[in-house]
Amino acid sequence: MVEPHDDAPPTTSKRSGKRSGAGEQAAAELVEHKGDTLIGRSVTINRPRDELYAVWRDFGNLPRFLDNVERVDVIDDRRSHWVVKAPGGKTVEWDAVITQEQPGEMIAWASTEGAEVPNSGRIDFRDVGGRGTVVSATIVYDPPAGFIGKVIAKMFQREPAIQARRDLRRFKQLMETGEIATAARTREMLGKEKD
Amino acid sequence: MRALTWHGKHDVRIETVDDPEILNPRDAIIKISSTAICGSDLHLYDGYIPTMQAGDILGHEFMGEVVEVGAGSTLRKGQRVVVPFTIACGNCYHCGKQQYSACDNGNPTDNQDIAQTLYGHPMSGLFGYSHMTGGYAGGQAEFVRVPFSDVGPIVVPDGVEDDRVLFLSDILPTGWQAAEYAQIEPGDTVAVWGCGPVGLFSVQSAFLMGAERVIAIDHFPHRLELAKRFGAETINFEESQTYEALMEMTGGIGPDACIDAVGLEAHGFFVDNIIDQIKASTFLGTDRTHSIRQAIIACRKGGRVSMPAVYGGFVDKFPLGAFMEKGLTLRTGQTHVQRYLPALLNAIMEGKIDTTFLISHRLPLEQAPEGYRMFHDKQDEVTKVVLKPGLDRSAA
Repeated sequence: MVEPHDDAPPTTSKRSGKRSGAGEQAAAELVEHKGDTLIGRSVTINRPRDELYAVWRDFGNLPRFLDNVERVDVIDDRRSHWVVKAPGGKTVEWDAVITQEQPGEMIAWASTEGAEVPNSGRIDFRDVGGRGTVVSATIVYDPPAGFIGKVIAKMFQREPAIQARRDLRRFKQLMETGEIATAARTREMLGKEKD
Repeated sequence: MRALTWHGKHDVRIETVDDPEILNPRDAIIKISSTAICGSDLHLYDGYIPTMQAGDILGHEFMGEVVEVGAGSTLRKGQRVVVPFTIACGNCYHCGKQQYSACDNGNPTDNQDIAQTLYGHPMSGLFGYSHMTGGYAGGQAEFVRVPFSDVGPIVVPDGVEDDRVLFLSDILPTGWQAAEYAQIEPGDTVAVWGCGPVGLFSVQSAFLMGAERVIAIDHFPHRLELAKRFGAETINFEESQTYEALMEMTGGIGPDACIDAVGLEAHGFFVDNIIDQIKASTFLGTDRTHSIRQAIIACRKGGRVSMPAVYGGFVDKFPLGAFMEKGLTLRTGQTHVQRYLPALLNAIMEGKIDTTFLISHRLPLEQAPEGYRMFHDKQDEVTKVVLKPGLDRSAA
């Protein structure tokens, strides 16, 4: 059953989360259904929309600011292979395919059949006058139990929405300042931060 | 290198740590020539600021010589620079509005979460001031890594001694911003709580901005003497009743603007203060706030309250009713240091502002722990301690 809601984004619903009306509705509206856990975050970046879109669309750039993504191999124009850091120096991998895109505005993706961690998401780019571009990430995933559950916990750290916010802010730092802020003092300390 | 590190309440040490390195393109490495202990460092020393970690290098008032630069820095080796305590990128929306202490990008993303939870929004990074403000190593050391070195540091002309310009890093612009936030009009009477460095610079700034009278409030005779030197009238709150004195001195009107330059460790044996202290030690509340309460109660109807003083957490018994009924305006915030640097450097060069009177002690870096103890225990005669790593080098 679809419940009525206000003008606030569905990702901020008090009812969002597992098996909730608003969460399911949002997932159905926004992205391919790959699970019941929905997270959404927006950040405003003081750069033109097209520039941000171009950097994101080249998936090979993503590990520069997505903290736990070790590598993204671009297979062809729509398909890519993701390698994500897991505990104990291991990795977990899956293929993703672009399900929809509007140049300069939006990219949607979903993991392919048989992924250990089914997930899907979309990233939207919207002009906001003199302040640049609002970048919104919406991600749906199906957190598994056991070992892979731990992988996901590591990937999203304790709180998935907070991890998403950190990642978007790293993207913002990179695009606005050309670098990602660190309080490390030495290369060794910086290396440990990135592990 | 040698550096002053924090290990807990009243426990700071000089230790040998790894030298800083260039990590990002816009970084610079500064060899410290002078670095001061700030009144707000005493809040760390006293254990009032959360998210400190053992081994953190303190210090956010410093200057020195550029010894290494990243590819994106606009500084050159050999230049002498004063470094603002706020770490701001210069590119984000807030920096564009010169709200540098609200910079979106100066604070590493992982540390932004702490302030977001506590304050609703993360603020800029600060040097040497807990992990909530970035966890950056401070400048009470031989060397420091300065991020966004193309935006923050101001180059100092050759031949100008450190002591004349060091306080551009924090307390001079902080005192100046406090006076600016008091929106002083010609003929105004301005009351300043606290004659520490920020309070004294607020006194100077208020006169430069056209205040007719400034009334300085403290209980340390020597500090009141310094305020008097700049033309302020004084109230020693151990000898006189502050509210009554302010009212009588202003013909029953109250000061037009009130500046609270005391903050979360207000001294004095007042009932609300003692309650605050008990609450702070039992974690019921974190900020001791007598001065801001008094400023609000004393301020004239429709007046302005400016609060450069540092507060970190929650308070109760905040006189919200007086604030509303009297229609006061309150302005506050960490200082947007970068905004004021060129004008204040000019004022120093033209002799309009002197900051050297404040320095009571110059010590080698190795004696920094002693400097903290002195500054903490003897606030009457110890007005400002400046650490000079060069004194260690020349002694060696």
